[in-house]
Amino acid sequence: MIFNEKIECINKEELRQIQSKRLKELAQRVCDNSLFYKKRFSDLGITPKDIKSIDDITKLPFTEKDNLRDNYPFNIFSQPLEDIREIHVSSGTTGNPVVAGYSQEDLDLWADVIARSLCCAGAVPGDMIQVAYGYGLFTGGLGLHYGSLKLGLTVIPCSSGQTKRQLKILKDFKPRILACTPSYALYMAEIAKESGFDFNDSSWEIGIFGAEPWSEAIRKEIEKAWGISALDIYGLSEIIGPGVACECHLKKGLHIPADVFYPEVIDLKTSKPVLPGESGELVLTPITKMGMPLIRYRTRDIVSIDYSRCECGRTSPRISKILGRTDDMIIVRGINVFPSQIEEVLLAIEGTQPHYQLIVEREKNGLDKLEVLVELKDSFFSDEVKSLQHFENRISKEIESVLSIGVKIRLVEPKTIERSEGKSKRVIDKRNL
Amino acid sequence: MKIIQVSVFLENKKGRIHDAVHVLGAANVNIKALTIAENEEFGVLRMVLDNPKDGVAALKKAGFVASITDIVAVEVDDRPGGLAKVLKILDENNINLEYMYAFVEKTASNAIVVFRFDDADKAINVLTENNIRILGKKDIQAF
Repeated sequence: MIFNEKIECINKEELRQIQSKRLKELAQRVCDNSLFYKKRFSDLGITPKDIKSIDDITKLPFTEKDNLRDNYPFNIFSQPLEDIREIHVSSGTTGNPVVAGYSQEDLDLWADVIARSLCCAGAVPGDMIQVAYGYGLFTGGLGLHYGSLKLGLTVIPCSSGQTKRQLKILKDFKPRILACTPSYALYMAEIAKESGFDFNDSSWEIGIFGAEPWSEAIRKEIEKAWGISALDIYGLSEIIGPGVACECHLKKGLHIPADVFYPEVIDLKTSKPVLPGESGELVLTPITKMGMPLIRYRTRDIVSIDYSRCECGRTSPRISKILGRTDDMIIVRGINVFPSQIEEVLLAIEGTQPHYQLIVEREKNGLDKLEVLVELKDSFFSDEVKSLQHFENRISKEIESVLSIGVKIRLVEPKTIERSEGKSKRVIDKRNL
Repeated sequence: MKIIQVSVFLENKKGRIHDAVHVLGAANVNIKALTIAENEEFGVLRMVLDNPKDGVAALKKAGFVASITDIVAVEVDDRPGGLAKVLKILDENNINLEYMYAFVEKTASNAIVVFRFDDADKAINVLTENNIRILGKKDIQAF
């Protein structure tokens, strides 16, 4: 089923017209209402009148994650705070987190794009969905919730965690759809095995997984473990949260609702568009957003794009799975981790520039493990093993309080972390993403 | 009379102990006693050297994290109950012992055990009062 056939199967010319009209309105809207964009446009000598069609989007400046942090918490909003209905927060690199504000129109848009995603994945009204994404400041839980309501599904708002209860609900309620992070789906399979869960009792047929990058190998593993079709949903809270793009049952790229989220894929060096099929940074403009619309937001995610019509009938462009990042952010158990956050903690403890390295591995149970190697300095060395262990514990506690995920600290000898141009190589990602 | 122990941080990797003692050998520093404390990932190699100053310098130059600690070398009767006698004295005087290890070499009929105390001076006083012989730098070098 296609949720909005008229728009999802629209021909290219009609889509362009809609995009052009919406971009013109957007330029006017941010110029009139957002303190940040008003200044940005005037600094660059651009006026909304310069935007005559969607092609003129390249005249507009990019928006970077730093712009959001610098305008913390609300200065980038395009509506007064009393018209903002909901606020979500995701972790930033250092200092201020990234705040996303949703007007009522934006919440409606969010529900709409997730309803499209759910249909894309094979859901039909009346299905029961187990939402095992976290509910709260993280966009996963509530996003899937709103979209499920919009489509007419029966929602079980399990949130993440309490795995045995999740399994009991699966067995007793018989939901057809599961939505969570891919690593949690694998973790649940592990717990199910350990606790003697009869997999014949699983009613899940479709899994909608996102919030962290995952590979085809992980897809196969999840599909085999649960006997489901596992589909990738993509999103970021700056744009709307999940629902920015989602795979259809054919699994040939993630459909992006280009009538509301205008995608560009640009070359990292020249910032010019790359050819379809070539990889580059995904840049998104949510052209209908009201509360916190962004212009040409640089996602830092590397993808390729395919504009051809999909065999499922949808004409919406499709992006590839995330091929990489332009920065050194890693996502561990759904949490954004920037090496600089760890660097700050180490700097505060040691008082000098630390040499460290993050190693991310996916354990057999599907959970990601984050290990931080720290080169030991003379001043922190002790002849007693327990003092060194205390030192490790102190670092791990402080990092955990910043990241909200557990980390393992490993002290290593000086100059053993590989350096390039004098700097340590910050991240070793051993996950097969 | 305290003597100096040299401690070296070693990752639990193949060949690292060899690397460390090779550095000492090349600097013409002799190891008089040694022990290793370890957990799964790292170890601390503790040594009594005939020339701790040169030893530390050579290790640091080779990129090791090394430090020195004051320890006490004690002569212990080399017969059943010899060590127990010393430990009883320490226990009765509430002296905290962090760790200890033995020398391979002996003085006449006595064994030598090195102790790391949280309060070395107090330990030396108590042991001396109880007629336990403490060895000095010269004694160590003389072996």
